[in-house]
Amino acid sequence: MSDITTWICTGCALLCEDIQVYTTNGQIEKVEHACIMGKSRLTGCKHTAKPMIDHNDVTVDKAISQAANILKNAHNPVLYGWGNSTSQAQIAGIELARVLNAVIDSTSSFCQGITINEILQGQIPSCTLEEVREKADVILYWGADPMSSHPRHLSRYSYFPRGDMRQHGYEEDRKAIAIDVRQSRTAKICKDMFYRIPPGSDLEFMKALSDALDGKVPKLSFDMDIKRLLELATLLKKCEFGVIFAGLGLVYSIKEDIHILSGLISKLNELSDFSLIPMVGHFNMRGFNHNLFNETGYIHKVKFTDKGPVSGVEYSIIEQLKGNADAILVIGSDPLASLPGALSKRMEDIPLILIDPCENLTTRAADVTIPCIASGIEEGGTAYRMDGEIIELSPFIQSKGMSDEMIIQRIIKEIN
Amino acid sequence: MTSVMEIYQLLPKTNCKECNESTCMAFAVALLSGSRQYTECPPLIKDDKYHNSRIKLEEILKPIQGAEETGLIVHEELCSGCGNCVVACPVNVANDPHGSGRGFGPTNEKVIFRVIDGKVKAANIEECRRFGKNRIMCNACIDPCPTEAIEFV
Ligand code: SF4
Ligand code: SF4
Ligand code: SF4
Repeated sequence: MSDITTWICTGCALLCEDIQVYTTNGQIEKVEHACIMGKSRLTGCKHTAKPMIDHNDVTVDKAISQAANILKNAHNPVLYGWGNSTSQAQIAGIELARVLNAVIDSTSSFCQGITINEILQGQIPSCTLEEVREKADVILYWGADPMSSHPRHLSRYSYFPRGDMRQHGYEEDRKAIAIDVRQSRTAKICKDMFYRIPPGSDLEFMKALSDALDGKVPKLSFDMDIKRLLELATLLKKCEFGVIFAGLGLVYSIKEDIHILSGLISKLNELSDFSLIPMVGHFNMRGFNHNLFNETGYIHKVKFTDKGPVSGVEYSIIEQLKGNADAILVIGSDPLASLPGALSKRMEDIPLILIDPCENLTTRAADVTIPCIASGIEEGGTAYRMDGEIIELSPFIQSKGMSDEMIIQRIIKEIN
Repeated sequence: MTSVMEIYQLLPKTNCKECNESTCMAFAVALLSGSRQYTECPPLIKDDKYHNSRIKLEEILKPIQGAEETGLIVHEELCSGCGNCVVACPVNVANDPHGSGRGFGPTNEKVIFRVIDGKVKAANIEECRRFGKNRIMCNACIDPCPTEAIEFV
C-alpha cells in the first residue's frame, strides 16, 4: 500500500512542517522538501541500540530494573540530555528527578540557556519565525551559521522567502548581516555585510556598536574600518523589524555578561523594533528549559531537595561531573562525543545509563543501555521550536518498542 | 555564459544590414537569444577573413542551441538540500507563489527546483530565464547556493 504523509521534521529545532514522506507498505520510498539533515534523521541509526547490562545482551525489562536500581542506590544521581526528547518525556524526566532528589540538566547550561533565560524572564524581546518571514527587513546572524546547522533556516524563514511585508524578494527587501570569527557559509551569503571579528571579541564589538548607535565615535582594538561599523549602526537604526539570531559563537563569547547583549537590544528597541531568537540545535532543546521552568521556575542546573527544587552553577552537568555525581542517566545525547575529555573520563568511572534509539560513542561506556523508539517518527508528542512555539509532532511509523517517556515512567514505577 | 558583447566582437561590425537586422549589435542579440543563426550573416560566410570568427562563433553558440537539455548541472555531492535555490528561483516563485515563493517546499509540478531525498533536483529547465527569446543572465539560483552546487555550462 502506498501512502504520502506530511511529516514534521525532528532533524533540528526548526521543526519544518512541510515534509512529504512517500511510503509503500511502511517502507520509506522518497522524502520531499527535507534537507540532508532531515533526510538522515528519517533514515535512522547506523546501528540501533540494544538492551544491555555491562555490554551483555539482556531483556528491556532487565535493563530497566537495573537502571532503577542504580539510580535508587546513588546518593547524587544526575539526569542529563533531553534535547532529543518530546516535552512529555522531559516532564516525566523532571518527575523522576523529583522522586530521586536528583540533579537535572541539559546542554543548555553551557550553550543557549543564558539567552533562553533572558527571554523567559522578559529581559530580551523575541518573536516567532513567521513574524521574521512576514516582516523582517534586517537579519543579523551573530556567531551563528544556520546554513550549516539548520540548512533551511534562510530559505524557510529568515532571508529568501517572500513575506506579507517583504514582497519583492530578498535582494530588495531584506538585509542579511553576519558577525563571525570566520567566513561561514552563512557569512558568504551575506557578502559585504559580513563583519569578521577576532575570536572572543563579541563583547568589544557589541560595546563599539552600542557607542555608534549613541552617535559616539566607536573604538576597536582590532582591525576593522570604523566606517563599516557606523554603516551597520545606521542600518540597524533605520530598520523596521530587525531580528538577531544568536548562535553558539556569540553565547560562548559573552558567557555571564548577558546583560551587555540585553542592553544592546533594549537600545536597539529605543531606535527601532528588534527581537532575538536563539539558534537552538536539537529539536526540543528549548522545550527542556520551558518545561523545567514551568515545573520549578528554573530553566536548568536544577537539584531537587526535600525542601523543593534549587538551582545554581554547582548543579550544571560540568560541575557535577567534576564533583559529586555518583551515577548518571543520559537520554538522547552523546556526551562522550561532545564533552571535554576529562569529563568524559569521569562519566566512564561512574555508573552510566543510556537511553537512546541508536548506538553512539557513549554506548561504549554505558553500564546499562535501554533502546527507545525515535521521537517524532515512531512516537508523537509536542516540542518547542527554536522560537518557543509549541509544535505537535507527527509520527507515522508504528513501532513495537518503548518511547523514552514510557521507559522513564517504568523506572519511576520500579523506584517507588 | 556567453555575453552579447562577446558575440558582437566576432561579427563584421559594418552594420551592412544584409541580415535584415538594423545593426550588427541587433544581430548579436538575436544570436544570443537563439532566434537566428550566425550562418544568416552573408559577409561572415562569404569572406575568408572571418574564418576564425566563424569557428569561434560556432563554438560559443553551441551551448546556447543545446542549452535546453544541457545547460544546468547540479553537483549533488555538494548540495545540502537547503532549498535556497528553490525559494530564490524566479520561475519557482512565479509558478508556485504560495509554496516555494513563501519558503515552503514546492506545491506543484511546474517548478524548476525541488528537494528530493535531501538533494535538489531540476525539472522544467525550458522555463529557465536563461533560455528562450527573452533570456536574461539570471543568477538567482547560483548566487544563494552556499556550496556552489549549481552550475550552467
Ligand atoms: S532544516 Fe531542520 S527541521 Fe528543516 S528539514 Fe532540515 S533538519 Fe529538518
Ligand atoms: S537561472 Fe534563474 S530562472 Fe534559471 S533556474 Fe536559475 S534561478 Fe531559475
Ligand atoms: S542552494 Fe545549493 S545547496 Fe541549497 S538546495 Fe540549492 S543546490 Fe542544494
